[in-house]
Amino acid sequence: MVAAARGTPGAVASAAAPSAGAQDTALVVARGLVKRFGQFTAVGGIDFEIVPGECFGFLGPNGAGKTSTMRMISCMSPASGGTLRVLGMDPATDGPRIRARLGLVPQEDSLDLELTVLDNLILYARYFDIPKAEARRRAASLLELAQLSERARDKVESLSGGMKRRLTIARALVSQPDLLILDEPTTGLDPQARHLLWDRLYRLKQEGVTLLVTTHYMEEAEQLCDRLVIMDHGRFAAHGTPLELIGRYSTREVVELRFATPREQADALALGETAQRMEVLPDRILLYTADGDAVLAEVHRRGYAPVSELVRRSTLEDVFLRLTGRRLVD
Amino acid sequence: MALATRAPSATRAPSVTRARPLWVRSLGYWVFQYKRTWRSSLSTSVLEPLVYLAAMGIGLGALVDHHVHHVGGVSYLAFVGPGLLASAAMQVAVSEATYPVMGAIKWVKTYLAMLATPLRVVDVLRGHMAWIALRLTLATGIFLGILVGFGLARSWEAAFALPAGVLTGLAFCAPVAAFAATRENDVAFSVIYRFGVVPLFLFSGVFFPITMLPGWLQPVAWATPLFHGVALCRSLVLGDATLGISVVHVAYLVALGAGGYAAARVTYRRRLVQ
Amino acid sequence: MSTTPAGDTTRGTTSGTTLRITPAALLGSRRAVHMVERNVYVYRRSWIFLVSGFFEPFFYLLSIGIGMSSLVGPLRVGAETVAYPVFVAPGLLASSAMNGALFDSTFNLFHKLKFAHTYDAVLSTPLTVADVVAGEMGWSLLRSGLYALSFMCAMAALGDARTSWAALCYPEALLVAFAFSAVGMATTTYLRGWRDFEMVMLAIVPMFLFSATFYPLSVYPGWLQAVVRLTPLYQGVALLRGTDLGSFQWAMAGHAAYLAILGLVGLAATRARLGRLLLP
Repeated sequence: MVAAARGTPGAVASAAAPSAGAQDTALVVARGLVKRFGQFTAVGGIDFEIVPGECFGFLGPNGAGKTSTMRMISCMSPASGGTLRVLGMDPATDGPRIRARLGLVPQEDSLDLELTVLDNLILYARYFDIPKAEARRRAASLLELAQLSERARDKVESLSGGMKRRLTIARALVSQPDLLILDEPTTGLDPQARHLLWDRLYRLKQEGVTLLVTTHYMEEAEQLCDRLVIMDHGRFAAHGTPLELIGRYSTREVVELRFATPREQADALALGETAQRMEVLPDRILLYTADGDAVLAEVHRRGYAPVSELVRRSTLEDVFLRLTGRRLVD
Repeated sequence: MALATRAPSATRAPSVTRARPLWVRSLGYWVFQYKRTWRSSLSTSVLEPLVYLAAMGIGLGALVDHHVHHVGGVSYLAFVGPGLLASAAMQVAVSEATYPVMGAIKWVKTYLAMLATPLRVVDVLRGHMAWIALRLTLATGIFLGILVGFGLARSWEAAFALPAGVLTGLAFCAPVAAFAATRENDVAFSVIYRFGVVPLFLFSGVFFPITMLPGWLQPVAWATPLFHGVALCRSLVLGDATLGISVVHVAYLVALGAGGYAAARVTYRRRLVQ
Repeated sequence: MSTTPAGDTTRGTTSGTTLRITPAALLGSRRAVHMVERNVYVYRRSWIFLVSGFFEPFFYLLSIGIGMSSLVGPLRVGAETVAYPVFVAPGLLASSAMNGALFDSTFNLFHKLKFAHTYDAVLSTPLTVADVVAGEMGWSLLRSGLYALSFMCAMAALGDARTSWAALCYPEALLVAFAFSAVGMATTTYLRGWRDFEMVMLAIVPMFLFSATFYPLSVYPGWLQAVVRLTPLYQGVALLRGTDLGSFQWAMAGHAAYLAILGLVGLAATRARLGRLLLP
C-alpha cells in the first residue's frame, strides 16, 4: 500500500550496489550480513538492496543460505554480523513493527491444521490487530484470489498441497504487506498449481507489492524476477537481471549433442573449438555459442552424426549450473 | 520409517521367516521400536506400581486399617494391591490402543508402510495386538512380582493373576483399538479417559468393595469389564478364587476381547483399505 | 501497526539503534490476547474435550464420598476433626489444578512446538515470543479457572466445602495452575520426543500420590515428611486445605510465595528457551 506511493522506477535496473538515492528508498538494505550457527557460517557477508515495486530473487542450491537470509529479513533470526535494515528499521529492536508490514510465505506451510480455511485467515489477521469485521472482509476476498472460496469451511487438513500453498500465500497477504517474502513458494506443486501461483504473484507485483522470492526453479526466476542474485555457500556468486546474467555468464544459444556410444562422444570432443565454451556431460556435449545453427552446420560439415541434436536459447539454468556446479550439494 | 519396517527377523534368517506367519513381522516392528525406549518404559512399569502401592496401600491403608481394621477380610494393602494390578492393565491397554493406533494410521503412518509390504490388514492388526499382549505381560508380571515381594500372594493360585491381568488388558485394548481406527483426531480419546477409564478406576471395586455403592449402582458396576478383571485378579492373588465365579469373569473378559477384535478387523479394513 | 505512523519508518533510522528496547516484563504485549483467541478458535471445534473435563472432579469426589469416606473415617486436622471427603476435597482441587495445567503446558505445547509449528506462523506476525508465552499462560489460566469453578461447584453440591473461606480457594487454585503451567512449559522446551514424557510422568505421579492429598503428612516417617514438604504440589495442597478449613497460618503465606516465585522463574525460563528454539 505505502510501497506503491514510494516506488522509484529509476532504481529497477541497478544491480546489488545501486546509487545512494536507491538506498534511501530501499525497503531492505544489507551490508556485510552474516549468519552463523555455532561453527557453521550459513551466510558469509552479503550486500544487497531491495527497492519498492520490484521482484527480487534469491537463487541457489539447497544449503546456500537463502532461507537463513529470508529469516533474518523477516526478523525471525538475529543476524550474527553486518547491518540489516528492513523498512528503515532495525530487526533487532523493531521486530514487531517491521513484521507488521511484512507478509511471509515460509518454505514449509505452517497453517493451523486444526482450524478451517477461513479461520486460518481470520486468526492470522487478528495477530496483526485487524478488527474482526475487517478480517472477515479481507479473508473473503483473499479466498477468492486463492480460488479457495468453496473450501472456506473445510479443515485445512483436507486440502491438497497446492491448495495449502495458495492458502499460505493468501494468509501472508491478509495484512496488506509492503513487502511479501516467499521462500520457495512453488516447491512440490504440480505444473498447473505453479502457473496459477505465478499468475497471482505477477498480479500482486502489478499492484505495487514488492516481492522477495527464493527458488531453485530457474523458469520461475526468469518469469518473475526483475533482479536476482545467485547464492552459493553463503555468498553471492552473481547478481543482475536475468538477461544480464545470461549475457554475462552464458552465450545466447546452446547446442546439445547426444552420441550413440561413449567412444563417438569422445571423438567429438574436438568440436570444442567451434564454440565459445564446451561442457561434457556423461550423456551429451553442450556447446555454448552465439549462433547455434552455424555451429550445428559445422558439426555436420565435419562429418559427425549425433543421434540427437538440439539448438536452444541459453537459460538461467545454464548460468546457475555454471556458477554453482553440477555436483549435488547435500 | 523405512528402516523400522524392516523387521529384525527378516535380516537374520530369511529362510525361517517364510515359515512364520506374516503378523510376526508386524510384531517385530513394535518390538524393534520398544528396544529403543524400553529403559524409560520399564522404569515406569516398576516405579508406578511401587508408588501406587506405597501411597494407597501403605499410606492410606494406615488410616483405613486403623478405622475399620480390614476390608473384605484382609488388610487394605492386600485389598487394593490386586485391584491396582487389574486397573494398571486396563490403563496400559487403553493407552497402547489409542494414541499409538492413531499415530500408526495418521501421524507416523506405520500401518501404511507395513501395508506396502506383503503384510495384510489382518497381519497389521494381529501384530499390534500381539505387541500389546506382550507389553501387558511385561507390565502385569512386574506388578505381580511386586505384590509377591510385599508378601500379598496367599497361594500358588496367585500365578494365574498374570494371565488374568493380561486378559483384563486385552478385553480393553481390542475394542478401544477398533474405535480408535475410526477416529479422525484424538479428541475422542480424552473422552474415553474421562468417561471410561477414570470412572471405572474409581467405581469398579479397586479402592472399595462395590457392595458399598448405592444399591442401584451395584448392577452397573457388575456390568463393567474392570470389575470382573479386579475381582478375578483379587481372588487369585488372595487365594480365595472359586471356579464358578472365575469362569463367569473369564468368559465376560474373553467375550469382550473377542468381540472387540472382530470389530477391529472391520474398522481396520475400512480405514486402511481404500 | 497502530503504534507506528507508517510514513516515517523508512527515514527514522537512528533512534532504533541507540535505544535498544527489549520487550518489557514477562507479560508480553496487548497482542498476547490473540494467542488466547487462537486457543478459543481451536477449542470451539473440540468443545467436548473441554466439557468432559468438568466431570472428572465429580467422579473423584463422589467415589471418595461413597466409598473411602466410611473406610477411612474422620481425620483430625489441627484442633478439629473433619470427615474424610472434607479433608480430601481441597487437596484434590490443588491436584486437579496441577494436572490440568500440566496437560496443556506439556503435551499440547510439545505438539505445537515440534509437529504443528504453530508458533512459526505466529512469530511471522507482530507477536513476539513474550506474547506467545503470555498468551499461552493466559489460556491455561482461563481453562484452569473453568475447571476450578466446576470443581468448587462439585464440592459445594456434595457438601465438601466447610466454610465460606472456601471461595478463596479459587484464586489459590489459579496460583497452583500458574506455577505448574510455567514449570511445565519450561520443562517441555527441553523434551526431545514423546518418550521423554514417561520421565515427566515419573515425576508427576509420585508427587500427586504423596503430597498429602489423600492423607495427612503425619502418616510418613520424619525424613519423608521433609521431602514431601519441598514439593510444589504439597505447598498447593497445604495452602488450599488451610483456606478451605478456615484455619489460617503464617506458613500459608510462604506456600503462596513459593508457588508465585516458581511460576515466575518458570515463565522467564520458558521465554528464554523458546526464544532460542523458535528464533535461532
